[in-house]
Amino acid sequence: MNKEILLGDEAVALGAIHAGLTAAYSYPGTPASEIMEYLVKVSQESHGFIASWSVNEKVAYEEALGVSFAGRRALVSMKHVGLNVAADPFMSSSLTGANGGFVVAVADDPSMHSSQNEQDSRFFAQFAQIFCFEPSDHQEAYDMTRQAFDLSEDMNIPVMIRLVTRLSHSRSSVSPGEPRRPNDLHFGARQCWTLLPANARTRFRRILDLQAELIQFSNASTFNRLELNPKNTRLGIIASGIAYNYVLENLHGAKEKPSILKISTYPIPEDLVKTLVGSVETILVAEEGYPLIERSLKGLFGIAGKNLVGKLSGHLPLSGELSPEVVRTAVDLKPLPQRQLGDFKPAGRPPQLCQGCPHADTFNALKKALEGHERSNVFSDIGCYTLGYYPPYNAVNTCVCMGASVGMARGGAEAGIHPSIAVIGDSTFGHSGITALLGAAAFNTNMVLIILDNCTVAMTGGQPSFASGERLLKIIEGVGVPKEHIRVIEPLPKYLEKNAQVIKEEIAHPGISVIVAVRECLEEARKKRKR
Amino acid sequence: MKPQRKQDIILAGVGGQGILSIATVIDNAALREGLFIKQAEVHGMAQRGGAVQSHLRLSKDRIWSDLIPRGEADMILSVEPLEALRYLDYLRPEGVVVTSSTPFINIPDYPDREGLLARLQSIRGSIIVDSEKLAKDAGSSRTQNTVMLGAASRHLILREENLLEYIRVLFAPRGELILEANLKAFELGRRAAGF
Repeated sequence: MNKEILLGDEAVALGAIHAGLTAAYSYPGTPASEIMEYLVKVSQESHGFIASWSVNEKVAYEEALGVSFAGRRALVSMKHVGLNVAADPFMSSSLTGANGGFVVAVADDPSMHSSQNEQDSRFFAQFAQIFCFEPSDHQEAYDMTRQAFDLSEDMNIPVMIRLVTRLSHSRSSVSPGEPRRPNDLHFGARQCWTLLPANARTRFRRILDLQAELIQFSNASTFNRLELNPKNTRLGIIASGIAYNYVLENLHGAKEKPSILKISTYPIPEDLVKTLVGSVETILVAEEGYPLIERSLKGLFGIAGKNLVGKLSGHLPLSGELSPEVVRTAVDLKPLPQRQLGDFKPAGRPPQLCQGCPHADTFNALKKALEGHERSNVFSDIGCYTLGYYPPYNAVNTCVCMGASVGMARGGAEAGIHPSIAVIGDSTFGHSGITALLGAAAFNTNMVLIILDNCTVAMTGGQPSFASGERLLKIIEGVGVPKEHIRVIEPLPKYLEKNAQVIKEEIAHPGISVIVAVRECLEEARKKRKR
Repeated sequence: MKPQRKQDIILAGVGGQGILSIATVIDNAALREGLFIKQAEVHGMAQRGGAVQSHLRLSKDRIWSDLIPRGEADMILSVEPLEALRYLDYLRPEGVVVTSSTPFINIPDYPDREGLLARLQSIRGSIIVDSEKLAKDAGSSRTQNTVMLGAASRHLILREENLLEYIRVLFAPRGELILEANLKAFELGRRAAGF
């Protein structure tokens, strides 16, 4: 097959298709969205497999798990914080194991380019005691995804592919292999998949007993490479994933190259690490994310007689993503000469709501309605509307995780905040807001929930929303919000006064109210016109 | 002059200005010429009217890092003058800056336009092109990105015919008028840069 230029995300997607995928599920989230975007595009052209957006990551995970139970191959993809949402089925799936190949692709976002935190999903793989691949480049992303499906079926375990933003959103060429056909239907054994305590104890014992075998597989994996330089006993480098590229960027032409161990699979390939550590005096660990390898090596007391450096020692930063420059400093090379800006500091250009965005009109109405209220607060959520934090709006004061605004508004109200307002998008409400509203409605909490229905998942590029339009209104009524306190407004500049009045009325109501602000995302409307 | 083995380019602009379209054209032309490529780009929240950049690396040899190291870029190609300056520390001492002179003002503290242009002109070897005017001349104000690609074309290690081919591949599905405007934009950009 010919070389193709693919995003790292797309290389994972193509690897899954060629591994004989039956179905894939996901919820949008940067930097993982393009895995499913690609699968949806290809599935529409070829109809050989199912590629579907889900309501949230937990649901996506369970949908994929059902496919694996049925003996067929499944992929579930998400951003790092999505795995928090899916943590419940994730942790227990290491006990059920996989029947058909089951691969979890998780994209971490170090530096928080588009996220509320930075966490390292390799710890989740370690937590569940499953196998994890960490590609360094696009070809590996493709090849490892294929191998992950094989390993998943050979060992009957879920397997993780851990990506980071710089690989997910970088393009390079990939040489794909021959596609293979999907599995036939064959059911999982009920004693493995029914996690009653008696069964679960057996299954937990099994994953514990499997660890030695997984370590051996890691030791033998050709994705891990140890290049010893017996002439240089001073320095050895352990580098994983994208950090390996930065090491080689700086050292590939060096005369006295240190010994280098590339780690691409977890559990850590212990034998390879021992060989490297035994050959050098100083060990530098370069890894993107948290210091997982470094901490394992260090333990409580370090390695006797060796000098271990990396993130914990301060040679590399603990927060933010690595770069060729910070790794250059860590390997003791001088910075390259570069152009200077002198005293000129370019003004920052942060992301902002589009000109004419419906969210801006809702915020303007909300601010007007809240004038004179001194104990008010607006709890916000995850989406474009979080940008309402910035001037000129300064409209929201919290953003924590998907759906948090609704529960926080109830807690805030009960703690004495009034008016207690929650602002959430339609898709985020569908993802994690519904259950919180069910609680607030059951207790008739004195709060106002404003759902910004722009008919799409806007921030991540316009994926479908499942809690929009008529269905959204039925959901709100269905969880117990009184019909007379479900109000619909159209956020346009000309309705500013009218909309502010509606919000004021619902603030005055001493119980639960929901206001739905309906207007289509401008970006999506523009894309539709183009089509 | 011995042929260059590699070229590292910082593409710069504001979300929505089409720098990823330029990148697509360069990527595919490079693949056609048998080069290795890596191209890191920005998606998600940062794209919403914010500063965006793409690190584009072309080489006859294997490329390691997806990001261009500071001091290694051979060119900054920017669709916006302030954005051209934002990444200047990536440029190697003998690197070139190819930039539009058309400001995109969506922030309150946007610098004085004359001062900004003077600063760009003071950069040794900079090429400054009025992309707004040329795009209008080409028939569509949305072709500023292609104007800038044309302006940079003679400095790229790629053959012009391959760039033009992928402009066709990219824009032909959007209709004859849009394709023609982009081909003309490329030509006007190239001429404005003095070729």
